[in-house]
Amino acid sequence: MMTQYVHQPDFMTGDEFSIPTFSLLNPEGELHSDADEPALERDHARRIYQAMLATRILDERMMAAQRQGRLSFYMQCTGEEAAVVGATAALNDADMIMAQYREQGALMYRGFSIDEFMNQLFGNELDYGKGRQMPIHYGSRKLHYMTISSPLATQIPQATGYAYGQKLAGNGHCTLTFFGEGAASEGDFHAALNMASVHQVPVIFFCRNNGYAISTPAVEQFAADGIAPRAFGYHMHVIRVDGNDVLAVYEATRQARKIAVEKNQPVLIEAMSYRLAAHSSSDDPSGYRSKDEEEVWRAKDPLLRLQKWLLKKQWWSEEEEATQQETLRREVLETMKRAEKRSSPPLESLISDVYADITPSLQRQFDQLKRHIRRYPEAYPRGAQSLDLDVGTETDTQGEA
Amino acid sequence: MATMNMLQAINNALDIAMAEDEKVICFGEDVGIFGGVFRATSHLQEKYGKARCFNTPLVEQGIIGFANGLAAQGSVPVAEIQFADYIFPAFDQIVNETAKFRYRSGDLFNVGGLTIRTPYGGGIAGGLYHSQSPEAYFTHTPGLKVVVPRNPYQAKGLLLAAIRDPDPVLFLEPKRLYRASVGEVPEEDYQLPIGEAEITKEGTDITVVGWGAQMEVIGKAVELAEEQGIACEVIDLRSLLPWDADTVAESVLKTGRLVVSHEAPLTGGFAGEIAATIQERCFLYLESPIARVTGLDTPFPLVLEKEYLPDHLKIFEAIRESVNF
Repeated sequence: MMTQYVHQPDFMTGDEFSIPTFSLLNPEGELHSDADEPALERDHARRIYQAMLATRILDERMMAAQRQGRLSFYMQCTGEEAAVVGATAALNDADMIMAQYREQGALMYRGFSIDEFMNQLFGNELDYGKGRQMPIHYGSRKLHYMTISSPLATQIPQATGYAYGQKLAGNGHCTLTFFGEGAASEGDFHAALNMASVHQVPVIFFCRNNGYAISTPAVEQFAADGIAPRAFGYHMHVIRVDGNDVLAVYEATRQARKIAVEKNQPVLIEAMSYRLAAHSSSDDPSGYRSKDEEEVWRAKDPLLRLQKWLLKKQWWSEEEEATQQETLRREVLETMKRAEKRSSPPLESLISDVYADITPSLQRQFDQLKRHIRRYPEAYPRGAQSLDLDVGTETDTQGEA
Repeated sequence: MATMNMLQAINNALDIAMAEDEKVICFGEDVGIFGGVFRATSHLQEKYGKARCFNTPLVEQGIIGFANGLAAQGSVPVAEIQFADYIFPAFDQIVNETAKFRYRSGDLFNVGGLTIRTPYGGGIAGGLYHSQSPEAYFTHTPGLKVVVPRNPYQAKGLLLAAIRDPDPVLFLEPKRLYRASVGEVPEEDYQLPIGEAEITKEGTDITVVGWGAQMEVIGKAVELAEEQGIACEVIDLRSLLPWDADTVAESVLKTGRLVVSHEAPLTGGFAGEIAATIQERCFLYLESPIARVTGLDTPFPLVLEKEYLPDHLKIFEAIRESVNF
């Protein structure tokens, strides 16, 4: 780029740029007059809505279950379903998603069953993660959803790397990574965007700007106009979108995907939304924000907005809504009861997967643990239950030998 | 004296330090108006203003880098890392900067005013990333001090000492005991010495060493051992760097036996350092091998946390085996 010289000092602040917010639906579920309706088939629109609704209901039920002491911990996506499901719906189902932790809507859209959710939440023997991580740390290889890691922002540069591999593989897929506006303060965010731009990587950085990082409001998180302007520093495509408008999120992400996959260029999307629920079941927002503030956002509920649009198009009905809600609530409750009753993962799962193969030293530690549990079985009910099975298996093996 | 839990004792220590010295500044994620996710900094912003107690953006490397600069300038930062599991983005700032500031500048500059507070440890159904005990990463770093309190009284006295210490201190708070550990704590200012272990119980048959939350577990194990007539001497190291090898060695010269316990994994854990030092100093007096009762060499689990943890039964068994060796 040619250097342009000036001969008077002129400082810039970034206020020279203002980034508008892309929006298609108004809160009444009507298309803005100058907006184009995205090319969204009836069935696709219904799939989006059903995933959003199922996410809302799962979250309500599981938070209630946490309050009843049936679950150790929970986190809700409430208020951000449009951002998460809308973005996922614009991808190819085989594109990779690397999420932060509040994006269960993405899995719901891709067909993770309620049973699969429950097995992870209760850490039982069918949990893909083998009961090792706290609730909501889902992962699914078949649905191209990377297992969640609690440390914030670590997934963002990983998404750049994953997408670089996809580019080399030439399979036409991209990676979308979700993160919050708080996580975007981490060094990992900046490293990820810079590398993606330098190496021309098909990755979509999807920021859920929900206003809060636990108790810290966005105004104490950054001084600039949100996260979107950061893209300029990395020479990256960027769009800001109304995160409660699922049509706008869908259309923005659809076009971002085209840029990523067809031009091998990264895109930053900033979805403006609000974390309607507490940060987690361990949090109490009354200590840092007002009910009035929450009410303002409750009125902008993304589910209602899409529902109104669907009703107007006669793609959804009040009757279907009622039936669907009831069916989902029943399914969640029944599935939860089953998942709670399943056994814990076997004792062996303590030491497997640390490495591809169990090391001799770890095996010795494990053998010692087993001897100890046999001595005090009542103190380790899960281990003891599992060991009884182990003892049986060992006897069988000896019998065969 | 007042009855306080560990969080109240920590909050009280911060309050005293901030009232006494206007250079003391507390910050970290959510520590401002909210008072931290565990409420250790409750009301400090109200009392001392937003310039001295504030929320930072969510960036641990930034928090500690900022704290290093602030300390170099002569302020007394008390930086909070929300969970010890999340300290690693700041590892470079701590290991390469905090620990080496004085040495590399020939003492032209130092960050001795810095204290890093962070909750550590398991037993709270926190899984991989809300349970770790990362002390050994930091005890391998000359230039740092590493301190771990076991109860509210210790927490207040050691935290006040850490804030006023001429060297940077990593202050690891046993979060399982934040509300569970309650005790009598003087309301006035006092300090407890950094670098000195404390014999919390005298005994002649075996020495049992630990720190932080593990002291409570050791206490239960020792009760079981005493029922069998084994007289245990219990030592809380309190400081891991520097650590008080003299007190431990003197005890082992008397008892001839040593059990060390920590939650962190066995390999590379701090118990290894203690075992090596004590066998050097007490070789001819040892009646049995030095035993380590620790977490397994795995990441911290969730559902099988009970099986993983070095609990009182595992420590009791180690004591018994050592005595019957």
